[in-house]
Amino acid sequence: MIEALLVLLAFQLAGEAITHASALPLPGPVLGLVLFAFALKMMPGLAEKVSGVAHGILRNLSLLFVPAGVGVVQHADLVIHQWLPILGALVISTALTLAVTALTFVGVRKLMGGQGAQNEGPTS
Amino acid sequence: MSVIELWVYLSTSPLLWLTATLGAYVIADRLSQKLNRNPLANPVLIAVLLLMALLKISDTPFPVYFEGAQFVHFMLGPATVALAIPLVENLAEVKRNLVPMLAALAVGSATAVSSAVAIAWALGADNTLIASIAPKSVTTPIAMGISERLGGLPAVTAILVILTGIIGAVIVTPIMNRIGVRDWAARGFAAGVSAHGIGTARAFLVNPVAGTFAGIGMGLNGVITALILGLAVALLS
Repeated sequence: MIEALLVLLAFQLAGEAITHASALPLPGPVLGLVLFAFALKMMPGLAEKVSGVAHGILRNLSLLFVPAGVGVVQHADLVIHQWLPILGALVISTALTLAVTALTFVGVRKLMGGQGAQNEGPTS
Repeated sequence: MSVIELWVYLSTSPLLWLTATLGAYVIADRLSQKLNRNPLANPVLIAVLLLMALLKISDTPFPVYFEGAQFVHFMLGPATVALAIPLVENLAEVKRNLVPMLAALAVGSATAVSSAVAIAWALGADNTLIASIAPKSVTTPIAMGISERLGGLPAVTAILVILTGIIGAVIVTPIMNRIGVRDWAARGFAAGVSAHGIGTARAFLVNPVAGTFAGIGMGLNGVITALILGLAVALLS
């Protein structure tokens, strides 16, 4: 477990260092993700070491957003004061984005004559 | 030592609020499991509401809470790096869907920004709020940077991003069912593009392939929105 954490932290650190030094418009962890993906392709043994811990973290990804979510209290005044444009824009725009993105994905694959979905989800 | 003295001691130690954060999450996750991962019973939403109530009752300011919660918050970085594992595991599936993914990214990214700005403006938001809401679908660190360049308030953007994530995680399943998209890759990708990490967390709860594509959608949308809005600011100024 410690080895796995060390690997994840090391790639995050590398990502942070490179984005800071080069002023890339990317958060360090996202570059760390890219670097780690390349490393996994080149050293397949690495996946075995990290896989268990990585899946454990990702299964509980929701937990990691809880502190930031509680942070909404800091600007509760603003949200209450302009609740209509905020909630209206967030709900409608997010619904629209979800629908348009998924339909484009499925539509373009059909246009390309790709095989239908191999990973069928729920039927209802 | 009186109960009050004990409370004064504990309530300012990181231990109490770290424990409370994990406790609230375990309760929220159990509830979500009991309700068969019903989208309304979103674990982030439930845990956040529980903790907000706790802070309110105990009259605890957010910075004191965050002293303890920061250890959980810190794990967002390593968790982002960990997304490479399912990415590489599902690489064949990802490669096969490269073109549909990029098309969906372009359309989704443009829709996210333009519809948020247009609706906020139509509903009477002021200019600062409009600038702060534009990057609402993008993962927090990127969104805060974009907001600053647009003349918004990064702290407000952070909150709008979190709210967007929670809203997206709650509505993604009903919307996908309504429009008849059943493919896990498409469903997950849409969740990541529209609702960043919280949408991705929801996708991982439901299906690993959906989670993988959500992670990719989140990363790509962050980069593309930063590039396009950055370019727009450079051209306009």
